[in-house]
Amino acid sequence: MNTTAPVTIASGERPILSVRDLEKTFGSLVAARDITVSIPPQQTVGVIGANGAGKTTFVNMVTGHLMPSKGAILFEDREITGMPSREITRLGISRSFQVAQIFPSLSVFDNMCIAAAIARSSGGVLGGLASPVASPAAIAEAESTIELFQISSYRDTTASTLPQGVRKLLDIGMAVVGWPRLLLLDEPTSGISIEEKFDLMNVVMSALKSRKITVLFVEHDMEIVGRFADRVLAFYDGTVIADGTPDETLADPQVQELITGVKLKSAAGAGGHA
Amino acid sequence: MSMANGRAQLVGGLLFLLAAAAGPALPDWIVSLATIAFANALVVLGLIVLWRAGLVSFGQALYYCIGAYVVALTARWTGITDAFLLVLLAGIGAGITAVLVGFLLARYREIFFAMLSLALSMILYGVLVKTESLGSTDGFSVMTPTFLGYAPHREALGLALYWMTLGVGAVGAVLVGVYFRSVAGALAAPIRDNEIRVEFLGVSVNRVIHAKVTIAGALGGVGGALAAMTVGHVDPNMAYWTTSGGFVFVTILAGTASVAAAFVGSLVFEGVRSFAYDVMPSLWQMTLGSVLLLTILFLPDGLGSLVVKLRRRRETKTP
Repeated sequence: MNTTAPVTIASGERPILSVRDLEKTFGSLVAARDITVSIPPQQTVGVIGANGAGKTTFVNMVTGHLMPSKGAILFEDREITGMPSREITRLGISRSFQVAQIFPSLSVFDNMCIAAAIARSSGGVLGGLASPVASPAAIAEAESTIELFQISSYRDTTASTLPQGVRKLLDIGMAVVGWPRLLLLDEPTSGISIEEKFDLMNVVMSALKSRKITVLFVEHDMEIVGRFADRVLAFYDGTVIADGTPDETLADPQVQELITGVKLKSAAGAGGHA
Repeated sequence: MSMANGRAQLVGGLLFLLAAAAGPALPDWIVSLATIAFANALVVLGLIVLWRAGLVSFGQALYYCIGAYVVALTARWTGITDAFLLVLLAGIGAGITAVLVGFLLARYREIFFAMLSLALSMILYGVLVKTESLGSTDGFSVMTPTFLGYAPHREALGLALYWMTLGVGAVGAVLVGVYFRSVAGALAAPIRDNEIRVEFLGVSVNRVIHAKVTIAGALGGVGGALAAMTVGHVDPNMAYWTTSGGFVFVTILAGTASVAAAFVGSLVFEGVRSFAYDVMPSLWQMTLGSVLLLTILFLPDGLGSLVVKLRRRRETKTP
């Protein structure tokens, strides 16, 4: 399948992330194949596709959670294929999770503060021993990120008792507190009610814009994709079947047939297919 | 937070001075009981380091016994009797053991961590029992220690060891306190809660746990060294699983909320044990079991949680 021509929006700038011929197989099952994508700095990329299409596998490979079977991943021209996730994080790629990964027994502030302190420490065991967790810099960073994600009213709440939307914001905030340059969000609005989805995405996207972070987010809601993405990658059967602006991708006949369904009227105004 | 911390340190410091000053006035049996209790408290401090990260070791006796045998053998083979040097060597010896063992242990969690550490301590027990040159099950006696050239006897020796154990204990407590406020130390609760998030924040969980195993091992060795000098004898029972179980008992009694609680808890444990042994020699285990039961039922977070509760109540009162 050779439908992915280089996208025009990607040209001109040096890509922050570039992925070549990426493939992941589990025994005879092919979870991802022939993925070649290049993302310029500060672009917001939406990733769509049905369950099992390879979206999360793709995110997992880029963030080091899964080792690719084939292909290469370059971050700012540096090969990161197969590096452990913690080293990839140190280079400047962060991620959030479909199910918020937070520390339930700690308060929102302590969650954020430990994340900030880790980001400020050098990473090795000795670096971790040498730096205090509650340094003024880490505290300031934690406070400003809590404010940025508008969860100040939950600052001292134990994380296990947080409402779903706040958990998501905290999860993303913890990924952002170390000032990554690339952030991968795996279904940031999953488990959130339809009424709250847009508010949540507004908070998240304006926070990320203010920190000039390149974003790649997996999303099922086409309205959200149309509203927040500069560019949309459509995954089907482990590979990218369409890559372009939201209008282009959502208007693609293959995408409509295989992912969005022909009857969907996209909010981006692209779904004119009868 | 920092003010409460400051006050806790002040109270801890005053208690330390009080305990040190009371030494000469106390009867010998109390001095020796307290010395053993504070030596064991160092092992418990190590267990607290692990416990906070959700790890229970049923094999801390491994390091305790190694520390004790390092003291006994170094004195026997080299004639070195300086207590400070011996304790240092014991800490290093047990610490190195923990570094090596840690490569294996740091990959395990929960019951597997607990049982694997128990198994390792029982291997040492088995080896010592079979080693006739080291006295087999009888063990052998430890040469009388000296203190930077000062060579006390009888009561004076007991008192010197008491002061030394207090001092080493205080240093251990302060260092563990500093560790708990560092990034690596503060990662205990996050690791217990969610290892995936810790890894994705850029930290190797296994390495942090490896460091915790090492710290706990070194503390165990130092505790064993002080106990060996106080008792004046070492034997394989120091590595037996019931010894490890005793340390876990004290950790439950003390709780993990405070560093000082390890010392108070250990003192209470030794006190109850010797009292029970005195009053009903055949039923003392039952008394200890009842104390453990009551602790778990009514004070699940241990003695240390009492202090935390008090502090919190005072904080809510003062605006």
